[in-house]
Amino acid sequence: MKVRVRCFAAAREIVGIEELVVEIPEGSTLTQLVDEIRRLFPRLDGLAGSLLLSVNREYAPLHRRLAAGDEVALIPPVSGGADV
Amino acid sequence: MFDITDQPLFLEPLVNAVRRSSSGAIATFLGVVREQTRGRQVRYLEYEAYREMAIPKMCEVADEIRRKWEVDEIAMVHRIGRLQIGEASVAIAVSAPHRHQALAACAYAIDRLKEIVPIWKKEVWTDGEEWVGPAG
Repeated sequence: MKVRVRCFAAAREIVGIEELVVEIPEGSTLTQLVDEIRRLFPRLDGLAGSLLLSVNREYAPLHRRLAAGDEVALIPPVSGGADV
Repeated sequence: MFDITDQPLFLEPLVNAVRRSSSGAIATFLGVVREQTRGRQVRYLEYEAYREMAIPKMCEVADEIRRKWEVDEIAMVHRIGRLQIGEASVAIAVSAPHRHQALAACAYAIDRLKEIVPIWKKEVWTDGEEWVGPAG
């Protein structure tokens, strides 16, 4: 099945584009998707420990099961707002 | 009023958006780009948002505020794109019947925004650049 993967900030710079479509087996979890993305983009390893993930615009744990067409985002630690 | 914009931010539209006849206080916060961070000279900051998630997350922060304090209205706008020193990156206004609720809710709004709203900044210094997390 295919899922959309959106990449932001440091993750986007490593991947090189803002959106990917990744093919994973039916019933995969976020863990399996992240493993596949890291296989495609080994340079993400440096970020992998600090990445948060969202599914369909809500933060989600690694054991979350995915469905075809889901929108996943790679979310490096957020830093909204001013540094004050 | 919750928004992400690439245009300069001003407090006045937010203040007007939250003004109610029941309000005795309007607290505001304006985050601005400062010239030095952790001893390094900033050239500019580059902000990026996951817009489709960031705006619902701003609403979620507002919902949390309403469960904690008696407030009238809440407005938050974050700017994205390249910001120069002194420019505002985020503006918040909270109206409430009394000042203590307005001030506490406004402080909570910026703290919580930084925790859960997916917006990032890249610091570009005179001698390098880095995406910065919440500890930055």
